[in-house]
Amino acid sequence: MSWTVLLALAAVSYGLKAVGPVLAGGRELGPRTRRALDLVSVPLLAALILTQTVGDGHRLVADARLPALAVAAVLVWRRAPFLVVVLAAAGTAALLRAVT
Amino acid sequence: MERDRILGRAAGIGLGVGVYGVSFGVLAVASGMSPAQACVMSLLVFTGASQFAFVGVLAAGGGAVAAMGPAVMLALRNAVYGLSLAPVLRGRLRFRAAAAHLVIDETTAMARAQDDPASSRRAFLLTGASVGLCWNAGTLVGALLGAGLGDPRALGLDAMFPAAFLALLAPQLRRPGAPAAAVAGAVVALVLLPYAPAGVPVIAALAGLVPGVLIAQGVRAPEVRS
Repeated sequence: MSWTVLLALAAVSYGLKAVGPVLAGGRELGPRTRRALDLVSVPLLAALILTQTVGDGHRLVADARLPALAVAAVLVWRRAPFLVVVLAAAGTAALLRAVT
Repeated sequence: MERDRILGRAAGIGLGVGVYGVSFGVLAVASGMSPAQACVMSLLVFTGASQFAFVGVLAAGGGAVAAMGPAVMLALRNAVYGLSLAPVLRGRLRFRAAAAHLVIDETTAMARAQDDPASSRRAFLLTGASVGLCWNAGTLVGALLGAGLGDPRALGLDAMFPAAFLALLAPQLRRPGAPAAAVAGAVVALVLLPYAPAGVPVIAALAGLVPGVLIAQGVRAPEVRS
């Protein structure tokens, strides 16, 4: 993994955080821009969930990750702590792979 | 919130983030980063969702450059947070430049939950310190643990990514327009996955914002008129 990319990501990440406190000095965004930016994470996270559950390179597959996600979904719905959710998902996938 | 309660909540949030940091460290190392890279990333990038997205794309076989896209897109919200926090973070340039690094989900939420600017500032700084310490300590522990683990697939570590993203997404789905944005984004990404280079389907999922924002405006318009 390249250090250059890592440091570039660090620079971009800091630049985005600093726009408000360092540059803008309390200037406000319009309501429409605000609403769009408020929602930015939602389609990205949804896409990450799906592509990392059924994606395998350029193929769509149904493997142990799918039931693992279902277990995670039930736990998230039951408001389980983060650690429980991710460990249960990993455990489900590991178990299914061990027995199949 | 009085002083002690701010300190207590900041410490509690930090502990939760520490656990999250351990899982990040484990996954980063399992995805091909060195423990040093995982730690430097937590120190300098310091925004959880972006870091998870980055190592998630790496783990799925995309290169580091492909992993940049989704990570940067997820970091965009910190710019919004920073703009909303600017009135709380007044002061000398050196202070504002340092405080900017702490502009993330947790610090923003704690600052916004206070009634007066002085408490907001205190909540922001205490939460930033607590989350900063725990996130980096957690990453270090996770990276060291991860280096000793076996085959990431046999341990089901690849299934941790979607679970982690789901835990991040769920609380956001209550916002107006969010369910539509999520479904549209997921569909776009799945349709593109067989054809587009790694990382691109997730960026293209931003198109899901269009139905999301349209619905959010439809929901809010009557409130504005009344």
